[in-house]
Amino acid sequence: MTEAPRPGSGAAVKAAALRIADPEQRVLERIAEIRKRKPLLRETAITMSHGAGGKASHTLTGAVFASILDNPVLAEMGDQAVLAVPGLEGARIAITTDSFVVSPLFFAGGDIGELAINGTVNDLAVGGAAPLAVSAAFILEEGLEIELLRRVVTSMRRAADAAGISVVTGDTKVVPRGKADQLFITTTGVGLVAVPGRLGIGRIVAGDAVLLSGAMGDHGATVMLARGDVDLEADALRSDTMALHGLTGAMLDSGVDVHFMRDATRGGVATVLNEIAQQAGLAVAIDEDALPVHDEVRGVAEILGIDPLYIANEGKLVALVAGGDARHALEVMRSRPEGREAEIIGEVRPEPEGMVFIRTGFGGTRVVDMLIGDPLPRIC
Amino acid sequence: MKFADEFRDADLARSLGARITAEAGAKHWKIMEVCGGHTHTIFKYGIEDLLPSNVELVHGPGCPVCVIPMGRLDDGIALARDHDVIFTCFGDLMRVPGSDGSLLDAKAAGADVRMVYSPLDSLKIARENPDKQVVFYAIGFETTAPSTALTLLRARAEGLRNFFVFCNHVTIIPPMKAILDSPDLRLDGFLGPGHVSTVVGVRPYEFVTRTYGKPVVVVGFEPLDILQGVHMVIRQVLEGRCEVENQYTRVVHDDGNPKALEVLAKVFKLRPHFEWRGLGFISQSALELNDDFADFDAERVFTVPGIRVADPKSCQCGEVLKGVLKPWECKVFGTACTPETPIGTCMVSSEGACAAYYNFGRFSRARDRERVLTKGEAEPVAVTPIAVRAG
Repeated sequence: MTEAPRPGSGAAVKAAALRIADPEQRVLERIAEIRKRKPLLRETAITMSHGAGGKASHTLTGAVFASILDNPVLAEMGDQAVLAVPGLEGARIAITTDSFVVSPLFFAGGDIGELAINGTVNDLAVGGAAPLAVSAAFILEEGLEIELLRRVVTSMRRAADAAGISVVTGDTKVVPRGKADQLFITTTGVGLVAVPGRLGIGRIVAGDAVLLSGAMGDHGATVMLARGDVDLEADALRSDTMALHGLTGAMLDSGVDVHFMRDATRGGVATVLNEIAQQAGLAVAIDEDALPVHDEVRGVAEILGIDPLYIANEGKLVALVAGGDARHALEVMRSRPEGREAEIIGEVRPEPEGMVFIRTGFGGTRVVDMLIGDPLPRIC
Repeated sequence: MKFADEFRDADLARSLGARITAEAGAKHWKIMEVCGGHTHTIFKYGIEDLLPSNVELVHGPGCPVCVIPMGRLDDGIALARDHDVIFTCFGDLMRVPGSDGSLLDAKAAGADVRMVYSPLDSLKIARENPDKQVVFYAIGFETTAPSTALTLLRARAEGLRNFFVFCNHVTIIPPMKAILDSPDLRLDGFLGPGHVSTVVGVRPYEFVTRTYGKPVVVVGFEPLDILQGVHMVIRQVLEGRCEVENQYTRVVHDDGNPKALEVLAKVFKLRPHFEWRGLGFISQSALELNDDFADFDAERVFTVPGIRVADPKSCQCGEVLKGVLKPWECKVFGTACTPETPIGTCMVSSEGACAAYYNFGRFSRARDRERVLTKGEAEPVAVTPIAVRAG
């Protein structure tokens, strides 16, 4: 790291001279400054984009929730909060919450109940927490068939059993017909972080390897087709919903120096990588040829003009590990069923700060921005 | 996917890039790709990285979303908001800002705005909602116009009375001519639009070579198509030829698609003039429904405000589209005009020349790219597939 040149020093004069000589550089520097500013919330009403997990979601979260509820834990903007509990030596408690409003409720490979358990388990797991228990709140629309509710809750039970946890408390509210779409679920999970401080944005350094635990876009593509918005059929397409705490546990126990993990849900892998690049103030470089995508998803994405990098997953995580541990981490991931198709997809670079770029299989490069807008509403 | 992969071969691309570099020599080339689909491919595959810095691609006016003037968008939003209709359109239109919010905002405020993938989806919605009026906001060049025409023919055959089209179809030749007529034009040739040409054929471009002396190569949408098209334009100039060539022979026939042209003639007529974002009014550059189809014409059935919002004076999109100015040379670029608050067409869509430069410009400058493409000091490069290839 070099320090900024002192005003009046030779280097400063040279830099200023360069700027005057290069008007394009001036414009680029101004843009870089603008990009660093907090994005302004311009809308006066909520649009679907605010729920899509991309740029608009981040703007809303920053401008409303983080600024009003402001506190040091929230400011970390993690998928889970990690709290010190008086009397609990060493360990920390992790807490997370997530709402599920997917439409349709049932789709190939899963349903809303399974998502509600796995999504919350995963938010704990990627924070290095072992899940302890989950609470569940239901908003039910008048007229909902109880048999359908029973199916959803049975599937929650199955997912919870598979994850080795229980739903220990809950709440039910009913709203008049038309005020909700069948059934919404909110789950809150509590977990135990045995070794605090091991994972965090602050631990990411240039040279870290970026790993992805499996193929991208299965969930989003499945739900999109299940909604019938597009007249396509792909019989082999299945949501990837699954709990990832076994995988994260294995990685943390393996001796691999894991720096950070996040599950790639709404907004897809591209959005997670952008969050990482921006929060860490580093760059992420990925290789298109290394990105795992199933043929069915690739086909659907190609036809609809959507990039699988932006399609939601419900059972995939991005892990950043010390560069030297990349191969070992890959072996550990692939030894687990959840990570069978894992790949090393790229690495962290010192700059350009806050940017994600991809080397295309064609031999070019392009910047991968955060998801703008909302290609796939209500997928989780 | 095998079919498409053949046209994305990296080794072929590199050798084509090397040939272009060798033949381009020291001259600074400016070649315009007319079609937004080409611009998309260029960014998606990073094609500019494979070209020498003296071969510049100028992103033309062929992005159907970008060229819709703000007034027409406001008309659509007013239609969606004020007439209790089901308003349907392609997804990428929904985010484009009008003078007071976008269609997404109108939707949030209660309007029934739905995304469709085809006008036939709108027709289906009309069929399923006989008690509602359904409007399809039609946009696009000769590529999408036939599907709108066929949908209208089907609506009439089925006797549907609740389906309407708000027609914003435009034609490709007039804006090309407007650009060519510019006195400060600095283009060496054109990559002609592949999909439009499947409909109109290649003959309509002959005036470009005859009257303006600029070569045209109609190209496809895979990355190798585009590189080959660039090579063909350069070859024409170097060999002293000036012709309309067809690189996209696997899809485009010289005479186009006579059936599609017939359908277009049946359903549409030319508007006397139409406003283009960034280019102003261009005569006979857009389509409207024939009088036969007046009952399906949203503009005639509903009262729309007919809003005209002039392009801001400070906006220099026209110059950028013509390749006279680079995006960063525009007076409002990066200050008043940003992707969040676009003023002109080039900033509206992420494929527009200015939006692309705003987002990626810093990175695309060679010296920055150098840093990320070549081995840095800090990276343990040997472990990743990227580094193996980059090294």
